[in-house]
Amino acid sequence: MSVLREYSLLLGPKCRAVRRRGSTRRDRLGRALLVIALGAAAWPFVYLTLVRFLRSLLGVEDIGSLLAFRLLALGFLAFLGILLLSNVIGALSSFFLARDLPAIRTTPVDGLSLYLARLTETMVSSSWMVLLLLVPVLAAYAGAFDAGPAFLLIAAGAAIPLLVIPAAAGSALTLLLVRVFPARRSRDILLVIGLCAVAMLVLVLRTLRPERLVDPESYRSLVGFLTALRGPSSPWLPSQWAADIVSAGLERSIDPLTWLLLWSTAAGVTTLGAILHGRLFSRCFTRAQEGDEHRVRRSAGWRRFESCLAGLDVRRRELILKDVRTFFRDTTQWSQLIILAVLVVVYVYNMRALPMSAGTTAISRFLTTLVLYLNLALTGFVVAAIAGRFVFPAFSLEGRTLWLLRSSPVPAAEILSSKFWTGAVPLTTLALLLTILTNIVLGVPAALFLLSVGSVVCLSAAFTAQALAWGVFFPVFESENAAQIPTSIGGLLFMLGALASLGVVIVGQAWALRGYLVSGLPGRAPRAVMPSEVVVALAITLLVTLTTGIVAIRAAEARMDSKR
Amino acid sequence: MIELEALTKRYGDFVAVDRLSASIPAGTIFGLLGPNGAGKTTTLRMIAGILEPDSGRVIIAGRDMAEEPMATRALLGFVPDRPFVYEKLTGAELLRFSAGLYGMQGETVERRIDELLELWDLGPWRDQLIESYSHGMRQKLILSSAFVHGPEVLVIDEPMVGLDPKSARLLKDLLRTYADRGGTVLVSTHTLELAEVLCDQLAIIDGGRIAVSGSLNDLQRAAESQDARLEQLFLRITRGETDSRIASVLNALR
Repeated sequence: MSVLREYSLLLGPKCRAVRRRGSTRRDRLGRALLVIALGAAAWPFVYLTLVRFLRSLLGVEDIGSLLAFRLLALGFLAFLGILLLSNVIGALSSFFLARDLPAIRTTPVDGLSLYLARLTETMVSSSWMVLLLLVPVLAAYAGAFDAGPAFLLIAAGAAIPLLVIPAAAGSALTLLLVRVFPARRSRDILLVIGLCAVAMLVLVLRTLRPERLVDPESYRSLVGFLTALRGPSSPWLPSQWAADIVSAGLERSIDPLTWLLLWSTAAGVTTLGAILHGRLFSRCFTRAQEGDEHRVRRSAGWRRFESCLAGLDVRRRELILKDVRTFFRDTTQWSQLIILAVLVVVYVYNMRALPMSAGTTAISRFLTTLVLYLNLALTGFVVAAIAGRFVFPAFSLEGRTLWLLRSSPVPAAEILSSKFWTGAVPLTTLALLLTILTNIVLGVPAALFLLSVGSVVCLSAAFTAQALAWGVFFPVFESENAAQIPTSIGGLLFMLGALASLGVVIVGQAWALRGYLVSGLPGRAPRAVMPSEVVVALAITLLVTLTTGIVAIRAAEARMDSKR
Repeated sequence: MIELEALTKRYGDFVAVDRLSASIPAGTIFGLLGPNGAGKTTTLRMIAGILEPDSGRVIIAGRDMAEEPMATRALLGFVPDRPFVYEKLTGAELLRFSAGLYGMQGETVERRIDELLELWDLGPWRDQLIESYSHGMRQKLILSSAFVHGPEVLVIDEPMVGLDPKSARLLKDLLRTYADRGGTVLVSTHTLELAEVLCDQLAIIDGGRIAVSGSLNDLQRAAESQDARLEQLFLRITRGETDSRIASVLNALR
């Protein structure tokens, strides 16, 4: 059988599984319509916002287009980093831990077919979200620069290798990691990946120093600033080549050398990956099947935690203990905490790096007020993303073990309630930590401090409830990796829903605080925020979060009962 | 005891269980037999409260599953056909969790966990993660979890899956003793030899309906056969004689 035929045979069941996700045809149609409707709303939003921003950027004399190109390069670099990391984690599942691998290994399938099929699977599952974002971004550039229809081909020509390279490199990296680490030490592997992510993020942040880009004064001269803008930020990275191709395409020119460089790199990395796979996969796969340490010893910390829950009803306590135990014993789950820690550090660092105290003009004062206020929006976004990652999969993770809960005398409300508290307590703690730290760094006035703390508690609870409910409505029982569950359609819908409710809270609070916000504008007398404004803002937040949270939990409860 | 009244379950246009009725008295081991896709697992999952019937009633020890779902489930111990359990818990933790779902805790539970694990030779594995258990060990653990809260009724889908001969014998003895002490057991199985030696009452289900039920003698009468072997009766009732088809498949392979 030819490699191509085997390749399509191996991918066939995966494609059909994706197509048939959803129990009935009506279910599937409903989901498809919902996704199309939400996509139709999200894409124009990203497109229009970016086009407007780019046009205003292009209005800056001499350096406008340079700024836009540099922004594109930064975006591509960020995409490349995210893609590399998610491909490394995805490859661990698709190349080594997938349930169908032992059966496939018993058949006379060619190694190259298997490699190409798994590479495609890794690439698609790791890249589709980035690709969804890339489309309106590139379209916005085309719109702002008035690029011709040929740009479509150029953009696709730059995007394809940008997705292939991290997939092939990530898969090869995973293969080498499994080769280096003895037995099934996926725990160690993911720890290394997590630490690499930390190092990579810090490195990217420190090398780019994005704050300098928007602050020309920090350069010694205008010439220095322009030189920094013109020079590629990372000339040896494929993201820069892809950005160069797109930038040239926007100016209706083509640089064949960059095209050659990007595509030959994609082909080269894939070929190298195939050679490595051919040489190492068999041995690595065997090693990945070897047993790990399975004996569990209860540490003093665990015993303390268990005794903290001693006062709870036995059903709730056992449900919470089970969720916490399975979380911390599942490498794909807890290893995400490392990335979360990096996120917090980067977030607080960015807040510190903002030139808040530098502003003495009226505009700076207004911006300062706005940043203080928008911190809540950013924290809300981070909390929603974390709820999506950790709370949304909670129901899906019950998967094939759901029979145990279903056949026992535990009501759906009790199951949801225990999952709610297991998610809400750490999420709220983290959100409070983030808010309090950033508020201290930003020097937020006491009234706004109180508002943001109150809001973030309400939002954390509401997002937990919403994530749980979306997870019940769109479970992914067949997933082999908890980290992949949030990338499902249900995860996407949760994020859109959570951001919509965050948007309502933000607009509501902006309305309540309008007097204070406007007082920062030029020509107005600055004034402090009034307690009544904070009370109204908090009331709006409470109303929105309580309503969305309660409706979500009640709907999930009804769904669980109706699905018997 | 278990009472099933005109139990019906449809999946779209497909009728999985069709107005199925049965009465299983306390102290009885009742065997549900039938070809693949006959509706056995769906019936058992409705009795266990995992699925809601489209119509009909499930009554366990006088309690209606639809009216008092929690109280009724508290009387049951259920073992599914495939032993999926939380891979990241240890054997002892799973049994403690399972008992906890029934509101049980403390010394009694701990003692029962030890007894059950020892009974099934799982003592040395009590603190090992379930992901390291073999298929048979998982089955033994799930059987233990069905017993841990002391149920009045046991519903077991394919009890012998993965069990070695010693454990299979142990399970037979355990179920017999349990029934002799007044417990009710409903087992679904493809192992006809097991049904023959273990069950007091049998029912053969086909196309979602009970084709025939009663003792082994009753089944023989219904099939108008003096053949003592349940296998022959089963094939006759379910029209399962396949000799000609086997030959044609093998010929095609050659």
